[in-house]
Amino acid sequence: MARTLFDKIWDRHVVRQLDDQSLLVYVDRVFLHERTGSVALTALEEEGRRVRNPQHVFATMDHILDTFPGRGDRTLVPGGEAFVKTMRRTANDVGIRLFDIHDGRHGITHLISAEQGITVPGLVVACPDSHTCTLGALGAIGWGIGTSDCEHVLATETLRAVKPGQLRVTFDGALGPGVTAKDMIVHLIARYTAAGARGFAMEYAGPAVEALDMDARFTLCNMAVEFSAFTGLIAPDATTLEYVRGRPYAPQGPDFEQAERNWSELRSDDDAEFDLEYRIDCSDIQPTVTWGTSPEHAVGIDGRVPDPETAGDHDAGRAMQLALDYMGLEPGQPLKTLPIDGAFIGSCTNARLSDLRAAAGILRGRRVARGVRAICTPGSQVVKQTAEAEGIDEVFLAAGFEWREPGCSLCFNAGGEGFAPEERVISSTNRNFRGRQGPRVRTHLASPAMVAAAAVSGAIADSREFAETGTNGQDAA
Amino acid sequence: MKPFTQHSGIAAALLVDNIDTDQIIPSREMKRVSKLGLGEGLFAGWRYVYDGAERAGENAEFVLNDPVFRNATILLGGANFGCGSSREHAVWALADFGIRAVIASSFGRIFRNNCARNGLLAVELAAEHVDRIAAQGAEPVDIDLEACRLTLGDGTTIDFDVPPADRDMLIRGLDYIDFALRYADDIDAFVTRDRRSRPWAHLRASES
Repeated sequence: MARTLFDKIWDRHVVRQLDDQSLLVYVDRVFLHERTGSVALTALEEEGRRVRNPQHVFATMDHILDTFPGRGDRTLVPGGEAFVKTMRRTANDVGIRLFDIHDGRHGITHLISAEQGITVPGLVVACPDSHTCTLGALGAIGWGIGTSDCEHVLATETLRAVKPGQLRVTFDGALGPGVTAKDMIVHLIARYTAAGARGFAMEYAGPAVEALDMDARFTLCNMAVEFSAFTGLIAPDATTLEYVRGRPYAPQGPDFEQAERNWSELRSDDDAEFDLEYRIDCSDIQPTVTWGTSPEHAVGIDGRVPDPETAGDHDAGRAMQLALDYMGLEPGQPLKTLPIDGAFIGSCTNARLSDLRAAAGILRGRRVARGVRAICTPGSQVVKQTAEAEGIDEVFLAAGFEWREPGCSLCFNAGGEGFAPEERVISSTNRNFRGRQGPRVRTHLASPAMVAAAAVSGAIADSREFAETGTNGQDAA
Repeated sequence: MKPFTQHSGIAAALLVDNIDTDQIIPSREMKRVSKLGLGEGLFAGWRYVYDGAERAGENAEFVLNDPVFRNATILLGGANFGCGSSREHAVWALADFGIRAVIASSFGRIFRNNCARNGLLAVELAAEHVDRIAAQGAEPVDIDLEACRLTLGDGTTIDFDVPPADRDMLIRGLDYIDFALRYADDIDAFVTRDRRSRPWAHLRASES
C-alpha cells in the first residue's frame, strides 16, 4: 500500500497498540530546556522514577537566561535563577548532556539539536516546547509535548498517542525576489486560518520547497504549530544529507552509509493519499507582515488592515476587533509606512546564519532610524561566531543594532526582558500574541529582511526596495 | 490524579478564536520550578489592570471578575483554544483556579493532551452548541463523562466525543506513566530489535 513520508517514519516507531486508537510510540531523542525540562526532571525525581535512556536526552538553557553580553545564571526573570540552577543540577544528577551557558555549542534548543546532528532524518524527536516541529525540516518527526508527556518520555522512551491525520501542502511555482520561507508559512496560515491544519501531520512539498536551503526549511517547519499542525516535515534530499554529514552526533562512517540507505526511502510514494491537500501558488506570495494578534492576521506588504465586519464567522470577527483595538489600528489602514518603535531579529524561527546575512545585506551602510530600539539575538553560539567571522556583527553594530548572546530573548519576554507597553515592534519571531513580547506590546511578524528594512526606515517597509545581498530562501549563499 | 466522572457547574464564555496559552498564563507569571499555585496568574493580562507593568487591581470587564461567573468551573472558547506554547502551566493554572472542563469548537493539540494528563476535561463541540451553552448564562451545565453527555439548564442534552484513552485516564484518574511501564518488556524488545535494524539511530556512551 502506498505510504506517506510520515507513515514511513511513524509506523516503524510503533512499539504496540494500546486500544482501538492509541499507540505506544518509541521516541529516539528528547531535548529539554530550563523552563519546562527543570520541572519535568524535578517531578520525576520526586516520584522516584529513573530516566530510561540518558544517552538519548539532551538539554540547554534558552527560555530563562537573558541575552546580555557577560550574562550568568542571574536573569531579570522573577525566580529565574532557580530554573537555571535546577536544570544544571538535575541534568548532572541524571547524567544527561547539557549545553550550558558558556559551552561553545550553546543556543536555542531546536537550532542546536540540528546543528549538533542530534536530530537526523527518520528520527522521532520530542521536546517540551511547541516549536519542536522545526526539526521536521530534516525529515524527522518533531513532536512538541507538555511537561507530563515529557516525564512520560523520559521514564519510558515512549509517548502514548493516536496517529494523526495527514495533510500535504504543495507550494507550486517559484518564490519572487525578496520573498522568503517566512512569507510562505505566514501566507499559508493567513489563507487557511491558524486552525487550518486541524492537528494533522503536515508534509510540505512542491518545487518551491525543494528549492529551499536548510535554514529556510527550518523556518517553514518552525511555524507548523502556528497552523495547528501536529508537526510539519519535508522529505530529506541531497540538501538535507549535505547538511547532516559530519555533524558531531550524526551517524559516522559505516553507520552513515546505512542511514543514508534508510533515508533514501523517506519520501511519500507517488500514489500516497492524504486526508487533506492544500496548494499555494508562490506567485501569490508577497513579503508578508501581520497586523493583528494571531499569525492568521497577515497581509502582503502592499495590503491593508481588513474590516472585522467582513469576517464570516462571529468568533473570528470578535477576535479581529479585539486585535485591532489591541494593536491600535483601524480597518483600511495600509501596513506600509506604519511607524515602529522596536525591531527584533532572533528566535527559533529566524536567527540562523542566512537570516542574519539577509538582514545585514539591508543594514550595510545604513542606520537604524532615530527612536527605534533594534536588537539581534543570534540563535546559537555557532551562528554567532560564524557571523562574527564574516563581519556581520560589525554591520549590525554600525547600523545601531544591539548584538546579543543566543537565547529565546524578546520572542516572549524570555530573560525577563520586553519592549514597553504600546510600543509597536516588528519581529522575526513566530507569535504576535497579545503581551507576548511584554505587556501591551504590539507585535508585527515578518522576515529578517523586512525587520531590517523597517528598522532603518522607522516604519514598516518593503524589503525589496532596498538593495540587499541574500535571503532566507533559494538565493542564499 | 483527581478522577473526573460527573461535574455540574457554571460556564463562563470567552467566545473568541485562537485564545493562546500566553493569554491563559503569560510567561512572566510562571515564577517557580513548580506546578503549584499558578491560578493567580490565570489570564493575568486580561484579569487585572496595570499601571505600567505593575498590577493595579482587577479588570471589572473580564468575565471571570463578573460576580456571576467568578465561581465558574467550566470555560467556553472559540476555535483553536489553547493554541501556541506547549506550557502545561496553562492547564495547571486553570485547574488551580477551579476550572474542571473547557468546551470549545477546537483545541490546540498540545493543550488538549495536557488537559487529559491533569484531570481537566476538554470537550470539542460545534460552535453552535458552544453558543447555545453560552446563551443560557449562569444556568449550570451537567457533564456526564461516562455517558459523554452534557445537560443544559432547560434539559437539552448534547452528546460529545472524547478520545477513549483520554476518557479512560480521566475517569479512572490513572497514572499513565505507570500504565506505560506495564509494557516495559515490549519497549525492551522493541529497542533490541531496533538497535539491529537502525544501529545509526542509537547513540553510544562514547558519543555523549
